[in-house]
Amino acid sequence: MIEMQNKAQTPKNQSTEKKTEKVPNIYEVDDLNLWYGNDQALYEINMDIPQYQVTAIIGPSGCGKSTFLKTLNRMVEMVPIVKTTGAIRYGDQNIYEDKYRVEDLRTKVGMVFQKPNPFPKSVYDNVAYGPRIHGIKDKKTLDQIVEKSLKGAAIWDELKDRLDENAFGLSGGQQQRVCIARALAVEPDVILMDEPTSALDPISTAKVEELIQELKKDYSIVIVTHNMQQAARISDRTAFFLNGELVEYQETDQLFQNPEDKRTEDYITGRFG
Amino acid sequence: MESKNLNGRVLKNRVMKTLFFSATVIALVFLVLLFYRVLSQGWGYLNWNYITSFPAPYPEEAGIWPGMIGSLMLMGVVAVVAVTIGISTAIYLEEYSPKNKLADFIRVNIQNLAGVPSIVFGLLGLTFFVYLFGIGYRLLAGGLTMALLILPVVVVSSQEALRSVPTEVKEASYGMGASKWQTIVRVILPAALPGILTGIILSLSRGIGETAPLIIVGAATAIYTLPDSLLSKYTVMPIQIYKWTARPQEEWQFVAAAGIIVLLIILLLMNAIAVWIRNKYQTRY
Amino acid sequence: MSRVSTTSSQTVDVRSLLENKRSKKLKMRKLENIIPYLLLLSALVSILTTAGILFTLLRETFGFFSEVSFVEFYTGTNWSPWSGEFGVLPLIGGTLLITVIATLVAVPLGLMSAIFLSEYASERVRKVIKPILEILAGIPTVVYGYFALTFITPILQAIIPGLSIFNALSGGIVVGVMIVPMVASLSEDAMNAVPNSLREGAYALGATRLEVAMKVVVPAALSGIIAAIVLAISRAIGETMIVTIAAGATPNLTMNPAESVQTMTAFIVQAATGDTTYGSIIYYSLYAVGITLFVFTMLMNLLSQYISRKFREEY
Repeated sequence: MIEMQNKAQTPKNQSTEKKTEKVPNIYEVDDLNLWYGNDQALYEINMDIPQYQVTAIIGPSGCGKSTFLKTLNRMVEMVPIVKTTGAIRYGDQNIYEDKYRVEDLRTKVGMVFQKPNPFPKSVYDNVAYGPRIHGIKDKKTLDQIVEKSLKGAAIWDELKDRLDENAFGLSGGQQQRVCIARALAVEPDVILMDEPTSALDPISTAKVEELIQELKKDYSIVIVTHNMQQAARISDRTAFFLNGELVEYQETDQLFQNPEDKRTEDYITGRFG
Repeated sequence: MESKNLNGRVLKNRVMKTLFFSATVIALVFLVLLFYRVLSQGWGYLNWNYITSFPAPYPEEAGIWPGMIGSLMLMGVVAVVAVTIGISTAIYLEEYSPKNKLADFIRVNIQNLAGVPSIVFGLLGLTFFVYLFGIGYRLLAGGLTMALLILPVVVVSSQEALRSVPTEVKEASYGMGASKWQTIVRVILPAALPGILTGIILSLSRGIGETAPLIIVGAATAIYTLPDSLLSKYTVMPIQIYKWTARPQEEWQFVAAAGIIVLLIILLLMNAIAVWIRNKYQTRY
Repeated sequence: MSRVSTTSSQTVDVRSLLENKRSKKLKMRKLENIIPYLLLLSALVSILTTAGILFTLLRETFGFFSEVSFVEFYTGTNWSPWSGEFGVLPLIGGTLLITVIATLVAVPLGLMSAIFLSEYASERVRKVIKPILEILAGIPTVVYGYFALTFITPILQAIIPGLSIFNALSGGIVVGVMIVPMVASLSEDAMNAVPNSLREGAYALGATRLEVAMKVVVPAALSGIIAAIVLAISRAIGETMIVTIAAGATPNLTMNPAESVQTMTAFIVQAATGDTTYGSIIYYSLYAVGITLFVFTMLMNLLSQYISRKFREEY
């Protein structure tokens, strides 16, 4: 079991490759279908997600983009009536195999949610949460991890003297960056972001967007956004979802300037949605 | 014509409003009268001697000490048993139980248990704890009986507290790769703790005023040594109060009233602590 | 407390640290799989409690009916267990008399308070009065018993000459006061659940507050109100200490509230405080009376649940 797990970890030192060249994939989604009870929410999704890039997922609300994101770390299973078919390969393992442990997957795939959701604990305890649940107890190690993660989330300078404060007392933008730091603390391979700026003001949004650009050096990022400009600004590739189908998946520039599908064009030119 | 009719309707509205208001006031007047009666009868008898004395044949010498200690020890047993079982049940129902028939049955059952008269719990305790388990008329039997009595309240209030922890916070924990139990212990329980504690204190304050089931499982009426173990004979404040009230001479009413003041002060303190915990530690989401 | 040392020149390799801890974590996972079963075990205690109640009541009642005939018990009008007369009707009658008096007190007071709080009172007034009203529900019943015997009874004696010290009236009134908050609170909840759009519709037609309350709100909330009343009646039936202290210990098949009566609950207390030996006929009679009481209250509780479920308004 441990051996298989090691294989799933993709080596880190290939990040210097150029975008235009063949980039290794972190995820390969094959024929994914998903139902909530009897209602099908995703239809035959096929999609390769490249490593060390920002992949944006856009589409009108209810199109299945958040649902798709949550299939990538199996958070979609929080709803008990969900059924899936098809495969999502992470590394070279199908994460929907019965023997695959979600806890392992979620350690390697961090998530940032729509609404900032810090625990009602101190900033320090929030960031140290991941390492602690995975068994790291040594205070010195935790200190280092907390500092590194907060620096990684570009919020260390703001909060280094307020580590004991309850994270609930922070501003929305700070809370969201603490949540990002919390996700960074276990050094995942992938970070999934579900409309991470939708609850934030423009200044905080700009900070988070800047941060995402920084983060893609070390992490593969998949971001769901309802904001097309945001997708255009920060992503390398963009996928357009409509009614549970993947309509178009392209280099971002390509998709916005020269969409292949009529429906994509209608959406990005604001004709619906 | 029409305005006359309207005047009549408005007048009727005013009269009835006064009536509704009076009804509310009457209920409050009962409360005021009750407190007034208790204070005016009991205040003169309430002194340090009363609190630290054992029951006595003369009203002036009687005291509530063994009842206080008995009530506190009994609540200790109740707290340990009801809190352990109550919180575990609530966690099971809220976090683990799939939507199956057994869990639904447990929920309905708890709702129905809450409606069983307390004296019936006394009969349960009498058969099981006193006789079948052979505990006898001892503190442990009373504590277990009382624990079962307040269990439904503990479960329901703990469930509410657990439910108030928002899904987003739970998702954050699962999203980090935490297991279910880790999420419960490290995130859900700490966040729900103020609510759970408030519920427990309020349940205990209900238990501390209960009389009937303890009479059935044989809390003694007069006792001259303090209980020193779970298998001691014991009495509790409400039973002492009951016995004093039942005596025909008026002086004993004063002794009873003094006991009621002590009991009400303890209840007031418990409720104050519960409110304080709720206001101070409850996280607002 | 948790100040971070800023000397993090040497970086931690989190990934390999996590990998090292992983096997330990897998062992913990195995242990965690047991936890739901342990929790389920606790959850079963509540079911065992119900089963235990049914078991004790049925078992000892069975013992009782092997000595006293079922028909005699439920049709007999003489209850003197210490001389071998086991007709339970006087106890049921006493219980019903107390319950009727309590209902007559609690329903008007509780309902009118609920209407006042829900339809007339401002938010501020409601926020003050409702918790005070609920204090009434938190007062130990032994305190109410004391209040009934030492305060209400003397007042009633001054009004009604010849009223005995122990009487159904005083106990019934105070039981009624005790359940007022239950009627008021639950009814008010039901009235609050009536959507404002219904009220606004009536106000727009020029209705007064009273007309809105009586013709719109109360009818719409009726099932909730009835469920509240039924639940309160169930509490009155099972109430013990007030009636034990104030209503006396005279099994008496009467509908005269001035007389002393004994309720089912009061008999259980009386028999349990006396020297009742395990296995004696008196001991068994506790349970025969207990199961009768249990059935009465259970029926009321189920009725209340049925009403609120069956007639739940869909707004």
